[in-house]
Amino acid sequence: MKFLDEYRESGTVQRYASAIRRIVTGPWTIMEVCGGQTHAIVRFGIDELLPAEITLAHGPGCPVCVTPLELIDKAIEIASRPNVIFCSFGDMLRVPGSHTDLFSVKADGRDVRIVYSPMDALAIAASNPKQQVVFFAVGFETTAPANAMAVYQAREKQIENFSILVSHVLVPPAIEAILSSPANRVQGFLAAGHVCTIMGYDEYEPIVQRYRVPIVVTGFEPLDILQGVYLCVRQLEGRRAAVENQYVRAVRRKGNEPARQLIERVFRVTPRKWRGIGEIPHSGLSLSPEFAEFDAERRFGLTAYTAEESSDCMSGLVLQGLKKPQECPAFGTRCTPEHPLGATMVSSEGACAAYYRYRRS
Amino acid sequence: MCLAVPGKIIDIREESPLARMGQVQFGGIIKDVNLVFVPEANVGDYVLVHVGFAISRIDENEAERVFAYLKEIDEVS
Amino acid sequence: MSQDFTLQCPVPVSQYSKVVLAHGGGGRLMNDLIAKFFVAGFDNAVLNTRHDAAVLPLGESRLAFTTDSYVVRPAFFPGGDIGRLAVNGTTNDLAMVGARPLFLSAGFILEEGFPLESLWNVVQSMRQSARAAGVEIVTGDTKVVDRGKGDGIYVNTAGVGIVEHELAIGPQSVEPGDAVLVSGDVGRHGIAIMTVREGLEFETRVESDCAALSPLVLELLNSGIEVHCLRDLTRGGLAAALVEIAETARVRILADEREIRVREDVRGACEVLGLDPLHVANEGRFVAFVAAHDAGRALAVMRSYPLGSGATIIGLVEGSGKLEPGLVRLRTQLGTTRILDMPSGEQLPRIC
Repeated sequence: MKFLDEYRESGTVQRYASAIRRIVTGPWTIMEVCGGQTHAIVRFGIDELLPAEITLAHGPGCPVCVTPLELIDKAIEIASRPNVIFCSFGDMLRVPGSHTDLFSVKADGRDVRIVYSPMDALAIAASNPKQQVVFFAVGFETTAPANAMAVYQAREKQIENFSILVSHVLVPPAIEAILSSPANRVQGFLAAGHVCTIMGYDEYEPIVQRYRVPIVVTGFEPLDILQGVYLCVRQLEGRRAAVENQYVRAVRRKGNEPARQLIERVFRVTPRKWRGIGEIPHSGLSLSPEFAEFDAERRFGLTAYTAEESSDCMSGLVLQGLKKPQECPAFGTRCTPEHPLGATMVSSEGACAAYYRYRRS
Repeated sequence: MCLAVPGKIIDIREESPLARMGQVQFGGIIKDVNLVFVPEANVGDYVLVHVGFAISRIDENEAERVFAYLKEIDEVS
Repeated sequence: MSQDFTLQCPVPVSQYSKVVLAHGGGGRLMNDLIAKFFVAGFDNAVLNTRHDAAVLPLGESRLAFTTDSYVVRPAFFPGGDIGRLAVNGTTNDLAMVGARPLFLSAGFILEEGFPLESLWNVVQSMRQSARAAGVEIVTGDTKVVDRGKGDGIYVNTAGVGIVEHELAIGPQSVEPGDAVLVSGDVGRHGIAIMTVREGLEFETRVESDCAALSPLVLELLNSGIEVHCLRDLTRGGLAAALVEIAETARVRILADEREIRVREDVRGACEVLGLDPLHVANEGRFVAFVAAHDAGRALAVMRSYPLGSGATIIGLVEGSGKLEPGLVRLRTQLGTTRILDMPSGEQLPRIC
């Protein structure tokens, strides 16, 4: 497959790895923000190719993992109601809520459906006018345009039985939250490439200015990650800090204009709770007043609900890169993909699941 | 996050301001994709597709840069 | 990385008090359920071999006996239907112990409202598949359930066959040094099913690889190949088969990703949906563990059959020595190594 295979070619990958070894004096801790990058690193064994001076920390780049507990509970509450068709991406089904998960709700006979796109959920709403169809709109900025389009088209086509449960989170505020923590040891970032195809990378400039850390917009294939690491290390070795774009074939500085315009129309920026981290200001998206009627929390009367996190799961520390999954006492024993304690073990992008799947030896 | 996969546009049918539907090929399988966010993309172009939408057009010239850059740094060493 | 932890989870099988779909997914949850409920509950030497079919002494001969239920939805899919699966799936299980399949039973659970024309098509399909596999359907049963209590049609087939060789084919015969072969490309069936499900449709069809494997297996045995173990790849894919055998046989397996074939369209679908082709179901593929000295010949025999034309040697069995047995390692196309695990439950498309 073009634009995949050539970025997974062994010879070129090895040459980048050698290039990194040539310039590194280190040690350096670099965080890759996006769960998709974590997945690629572990799936291809990329950390095996890096010199020991480089530590890769895995960041909170999994919107599944960071969806707050109360939103999972709200999803479960809505999905459990009669006459509701609850649609979701596959990732969300096994994330544990306070008492249960969506998979169990499905097992109990409720209509919970996995869809590939929010537009599939909208189509289900159009074909089932007598039922309420709710879509679990989870994601980073990458998914926001699609979710915005579903709501926008719902209004245009007057599909009134459609609503979305919003759990959108934004990446730059999360990076700032990590950098501002006194315990932070991350010295450089590989920014989430697909998020940046939408948003561009201007918003990283003030972060780089304030914290003096290199931020390299990076893609998802082995070559991308290796070149991203190389550029980051080169800056670190040269004591520089700038925003660089590795993912030039897909990311432009200003991002995707039509997509951003739609996001700005349909959503607004709000504070957002990140599971395991806490509330980060200006880090989430909610529906704008113009589209508030499509907000499932409002439609189902759930805006006031809150929930408490379990103390066993330390996914918050894992998400901030402060602990590695295997440092958690529950990792691989009480907490496995078959019975996860926290979201980082459920999501195939979660650091804990990725480590469990690919690295235990 | 953000599983987005490169595919080649093989057909476009303009439908409405909200939907520009195209057929995109991924290694031998074809899926309908909404191209509304990439108005500059045409048949034969490659796009990155995420949850049924093309989110970016892949620039083939820029795509070469990762290889050209490697050549440069190897030559310097 | 030196964290010490067990591969077997100490918590009893369910955090769930009820059956969930993942229990049927062919992965870890299903295996746990089978081990802890059925194998432990029924507890006998034959069942404890955990193989695809039971091999039973009957006078001077050995009889192979197996059963399988088919609940695929939709009942008709590109490249096949529930009837074809029901015949091939069960005859394949018999083939996996090296038996020649002879007879099948067929039990039908029909939902009120299921079109009789569809039933007729299923029956015709089973008839053709049975003829191709060399078996006869000699007995059966019919039940009808209320509308809403079944997915149109469920089929159970039980099969008997005769073991005409002297080998003990099963995980217990697997040895360090054995070569691991796969009979062709992987991932077709699961993708064929998924891509016609609502919400996941693709514009082009991927066809299921559903097929009868016994002619190919019998040819391997008739060629005198020292076959140690066979396993057809069903739910859970190639990964599940390798892990199950490694755990049951208490060996380690090292496989090479570059030798595992995946067709371009299956690969494209997996990339788009975020699935691992090694975890996707198959219906016309098997993995064979053969003695090292027979690896080349086994490959040649397989490739001489159309159904095995894509066969490759994908790895070998390692002794575990002091290391934890049951581990399957995969050498990636980059030359690094990762662990191949069973999928934990239902294969779900992802966005992340």
